[in-house]
Amino acid sequence: MTENQKIQASNIPTIGNRQIKLLEKLCNASAVSGDEQEVRNIVLEEIKPVADEIKVDALGNVLATKFGHGENRVRVMLAAHMDEIGFMIVKKHDDNLFQFERIGGIDERQLPGKAVLVGRDHLPGVIGAKPIHMTTADERKNKIPVDALRIDLGPEIGEKVKPGDRATFATRFKRFGPSIQAKALDDRFGVAILIELLKHAPENIDLLAAFTVQEEVGLRGARVAAYRFDPDMAIAVDSTPAYDLPHWDDEDQNVQYNTRLDAGPAIYVMDRATIADRRLVTLLSDAAQEEEIPYQFRQPGGGGTDAGVIHKTRAGIPSISVSVPSRYAHSAIGLARVDDWANTLRLLYAALVRVTPDLLAGERRG
Amino acid sequence: MKSLIKQLVETPGPSGFEYEIRDVIREAIGDAADEVRVDALGSLIAKKGVKTEQGQRVMISAHIDEIGLMVTHVDDSGFLRFTNIGGVNPMTCYGGRVLFMDGTRGVIGMDSIERGKTPKLTDLFIDVGATSKEDCPVKVGDVCGFERPFIDLGKRMVAKSMDDRVAAAVAIEVLRRLESTPHEVHFVFSTQEEVGLRGATTAAYGVDPDLGFAIDVTRSGDTPRFSPKMATALGDGPAIKVRDSSFIADPRLVDWMIKAAEEAGLPYQLEVLEAGGTDGRAIQLTRGGVPAGCVSIACRYIHSPSEMVDSDDVENAVQLLVKLLSEPIVLK
Repeated sequence: MTENQKIQASNIPTIGNRQIKLLEKLCNASAVSGDEQEVRNIVLEEIKPVADEIKVDALGNVLATKFGHGENRVRVMLAAHMDEIGFMIVKKHDDNLFQFERIGGIDERQLPGKAVLVGRDHLPGVIGAKPIHMTTADERKNKIPVDALRIDLGPEIGEKVKPGDRATFATRFKRFGPSIQAKALDDRFGVAILIELLKHAPENIDLLAAFTVQEEVGLRGARVAAYRFDPDMAIAVDSTPAYDLPHWDDEDQNVQYNTRLDAGPAIYVMDRATIADRRLVTLLSDAAQEEEIPYQFRQPGGGGTDAGVIHKTRAGIPSISVSVPSRYAHSAIGLARVDDWANTLRLLYAALVRVTPDLLAGERRG
Repeated sequence: MKSLIKQLVETPGPSGFEYEIRDVIREAIGDAADEVRVDALGSLIAKKGVKTEQGQRVMISAHIDEIGLMVTHVDDSGFLRFTNIGGVNPMTCYGGRVLFMDGTRGVIGMDSIERGKTPKLTDLFIDVGATSKEDCPVKVGDVCGFERPFIDLGKRMVAKSMDDRVAAAVAIEVLRRLESTPHEVHFVFSTQEEVGLRGATTAAYGVDPDLGFAIDVTRSGDTPRFSPKMATALGDGPAIKVRDSSFIADPRLVDWMIKAAEEAGLPYQLEVLEAGGTDGRAIQLTRGGVPAGCVSIACRYIHSPSEMVDSDDVENAVQLLVKLLSEPIVLK
C-alpha cells in the first residue's frame, strides 16, 4: 500500500453488537492467572473457523496463525493476555469462612465488602467487613490487611470450596451509552481485539496471535509463546490505566494521568519493561494520522506488558505495546469507552496493513 | 586514547537511543574488525579472528547506553515533566543541563519543596526556554541525556558517562591492538544495559559464546568518610570482578585473569560489588549457560554528571585484555 493511501472503510473491522456481546462473555468469564481455561475455551470456539493453525502450548497459551499471501511476508506476533487478577483460597476456617491470597496486583484497601465468585462454578461469596455499627473511630482510620479478611460462602456452598480454588470480583458486564463497566477489561479488550484481527487478517503478513497466560504474575506465558513463534516483530495489545481525573486542589496539577479516556488507543514509548522500537512507534502514529484515528502516547514510566519478555526473546524482537485506556484498573470494576476500544482495533488493523519488509530492514534508530 | 574517550562520552545515547553513539563507535572501529553487524535491539557486534583448534568463541560486552530522561508531560507554559531512564539520582539533577536527541537543550528546575528535603524526580522539571506548549519543540516520549563536557585532570579524567563509554573505549583500543588471536572474538557494544542488561541478553543469544566477559565501571572505596564498602581504588589497576549483585563470576575466569595480569606484570585489584549488575550476568545465563566474568574500571561518583576514572587503570585494562585474548584460554 502506498503512502497516504487510506484503507477502504468497508475493510476495517468494527465494533458492533456481536463484538460487544463477545466482550461481555469474555469479561464475565473467570480466568485468574494459572487457570485460564474458561477464557481459552471462548477464544478457541471463536477462532477455530478462521485460523490456519491453532496450538495450545504447555503453559496454556493459545497460539493461532493466519497466513497471508504473497512473497516476503513479515511474521507479526500479537499478544493479549487471557488471565486476570483475582484471588486464591488458601485455608478453610470454621463457619465456611475462607482465608485467601491475592493473585496479581490488587490494592487490599479495595477488598472489604466486595462480592466474589469462587471456583469454576462461580460460587457466590462475600469478602466480609465489620459493619460500621460495630467499628471504632480508630479502626476506620486503618486499612484492613488481607490476612484479616475472609471470603464468606455460607453452608452448602462453602462445602464445595477447597484451597487452591480461584476467585474473581463478581462484577457483571454492563454497557450504557458510550461506556462499558466490567471487571477484567485488562486484558479482555486485547483478547477481543485479537479475535477480530484473526477474523479480518491483513493478507500482507503472517499473523501470529498469542492469547497468553500468567501475564499478571510476571509475563510468564508470553515468554514461551515468543520463543515458539520466533516472530520478526511483535505488538502487545493490552489495557492501561487512565487516571485523567481532576487534581484535588488544582486541575492543571495532574501531570501523572498515564492515559486519558476518549483520547484513543495509547501507544507506548517506554514502560518499566520495554523501550519500544521507534520504527514501530512511527508505524502506529503514522497509520493513525493517515487514517484519522485519534491516538495518544501513554506517559512513559512504570508498568509492563507482554512486550517486556517478547523483545528479549532469542536474538531480540522489535516490539511495542498498544493499550485501550480504562479507569480504575485492577479494582472490582473498570470503566472504559467503546470508541477507545474500536479505535484501538482500527489502529492495529491500519498499522498491520502497512507492515512491509522495509520497515525492519534498517538498523534500530532508538 | 583520551581523545577517543572524550568523543565517546560527549555523544548522547540514553538506553534505547544508542544510534548516534553506535555510529561513532562504528567509525572508530573502522577496519580493525573482520565483520560488523547490528542486532535487533541495536547492539553493534564486531567480530575479529578465526577460531583455531585451541581457540574459543569469546564474547566481550561493553555497554554504550547511558542513563537519561524521557518526557512524560508538557504543560501549558512549556515546562516538561519527565521520568528516568536507568538509575537517575534526583540529587544530581537540579541545575543540570540536558541535551535532547534532536539537539534541543534545556536546564532542570525544581518545584519549591521543603528546605533541606531531598527532591523526588516528580519535583523536578525541564525548561527548554519555551514560552508555551505551542512553541515547545519537545513532546511526550522525547529523550535527553545529561550534558557535561569531558575534563582532563591529567592522571584522572571526568565525564558524565564514563559508565560505560570508558569501557567502550577500552574495547575499541583492544580491537585495534590485538594483532593475532586463536579465538573468534565478538566485541559487543551493547544497548539498554542501564534498564536491565537487555541488549547483552539478546546479543549473547545471537553470539552463542563459549566464554564471555563484560567490561564495565565499578564503584571505588577510596573517597573520604563513609565511602562505599569496596576494596577498589582509583589507580590500583583494572579490577577483576569476583561478584556483584547480578552474578557470581566464574572462579576459573577470575583465576585466569589474575594469572595473566601477574605474568604480564600488570597491576590488578579484586572487586566485590554489593549493589550493581553488569552484562556478565546476561552472558552467563544465555542458552545452556556460559562461563562468564567481568573486568572493571574503578570509578568515583557513578551515575552523577561527573564520573571520575584513572587513565592508568584504562591503559592497564587494555593491556590485560590484549594479553588475555592473544593466547589460548585454559580454565582450571
